Amino acid sequence: MSSVPIAQRPKPTASHKLIATLGLISLCSGLLVVSVFEFTKPYIAENQRRALEAAVLQVIPGAVERREFILTPQGVWPRQDAPAEGRLIHAGFDAQGQFKGVALQAAGRGYADVIRILYGYNPACECIVGMMVLESRETPGLGDKIETDQNFTANFRNLSAALNAERTGLAHEIITVRPGSRQAPGEIDGITGATVSANAIGRMLNESAQVWLPMLAPHWSALSLPVGAEEAMDGD
Amino acid sequence: MAIKPDTQPITPDTFLSGIWRENPVFVMLLGMCPVLAVTNSVANALAMGLATTFVLLCSNALVSLLRRQIPKEVRIAAYIIIIATFVTVVDYLIHAISLEVYDALGAFIQLIVVNCMILGRAEAFASRNRLSNTLVNSLGMGIGFTIALLCLGSVRELLGAGALLGYPIFGQSFEPWIIMLLPPGGFFVLAAWLLLFAWLKESQQRRKQAAAAAPQNGGKLGGASIHAR
Repeated sequence: MSSVPIAQRPKPTASHKLIATLGLISLCSGLLVVSVFEFTKPYIAENQRRALEAAVLQVIPGAVERREFILTPQGVWPRQDAPAEGRLIHAGFDAQGQFKGVALQAAGRGYADVIRILYGYNPACECIVGMMVLESRETPGLGDKIETDQNFTANFRNLSAALNAERTGLAHEIITVRPGSRQAPGEIDGITGATVSANAIGRMLNESAQVWLPMLAPHWSALSLPVGAEEAMDGD
Repeated sequence: MAIKPDTQPITPDTFLSGIWRENPVFVMLLGMCPVLAVTNSVANALAMGLATTFVLLCSNALVSLLRRQIPKEVRIAAYIIIIATFVTVVDYLIHAISLEVYDALGAFIQLIVVNCMILGRAEAFASRNRLSNTLVNSLGMGIGFTIALLCLGSVRELLGAGALLGYPIFGQSFEPWIIMLLPPGGFFVLAAWLLLFAWLKESQQRRKQAAAAAPQNGGKLGGASIHAR
């Protein structure tokens, strides 16, 4: 029970004043947030574009230019001309405009959380030519060796990912094996102390390549067309 | 008559209390979530410290300006809206400035909104003091918080990665203490810093007590010697 006499207690504030105060503060807050959002939007978009471009050019050796395509059941289209939604494909081209390969995203469960990677595929050698981790919360010093261990990243310079004779899947699975025991095509040397993370990379590469490479295979010639000839590439 | 908080003058202590005597991390143990989570490198610690300082300064400045307009009944709700606004602002700004820093800090930028140091300062200081005092005090608190994060971040990065700000310090032969980058390392380093602070504080108090006791002892001895004669 309060010891302050009722007559001395401060008068409670009127409800309309409480509502008006909170309403006004919320309104000003909303205006400030929207203004900052509008101001920073182009900068954020530019940062994301730069980061994506750098990643794509890193996983496709020799590429200096990135173009975006959409893979639909009707064919491959430049992103701006795509008639329907589909899978986004990043294609890399060298200074002469020659097609050097595509960059595809893959994701899978690692040790701590989902790992997201970007890998480059060159149809000329039918091999994976680069891999970059886009997002990972693997244990520092252990699981994060999938990004820093040079022996491991060297696996992805020329990792065979050829299609089978029917062009319906890979001729051989991509799989992570014990460190130093890589022999067959598609095998990746693992990392001591980061077995789960290294296995996850092999598994997600295999799952992604098994699905997307057969779908892309009929369209390599269309992707290789020089700039300006892309409009004619659909439906092949 | 006691001076009302609203009319208190700015003193060096208004600024320095947040850095030493009332350091939010080492003395008040506030904001432990980001302190332990993002201090695995100096860069992350610095970014989180600056972001928190920005939110602390802006939100407390607004709370101080509106202190007579906000009714007591809804003051906490109003403070939270103000703090959340500036956290959202700093979230967009960091995203626009550096994608790397934004990705490294992750959800901990948004979690600044629940940092009790900020709400505590709004309630205990900004709502009772004028703008100039609030700005000075918030800046001191923010710098104190940033220094604390840097203390943890530098030790953890140095021992856990053998580097500072990404630059190798110990060379190739150094075997990193991985545990320092993991959550237990955060607790170990925080405990070590708290121990150091407690020891410094205790020895400072002991010196003060000794200094205060010295003249009294001197007087008694003097008195006793007179009687003995």
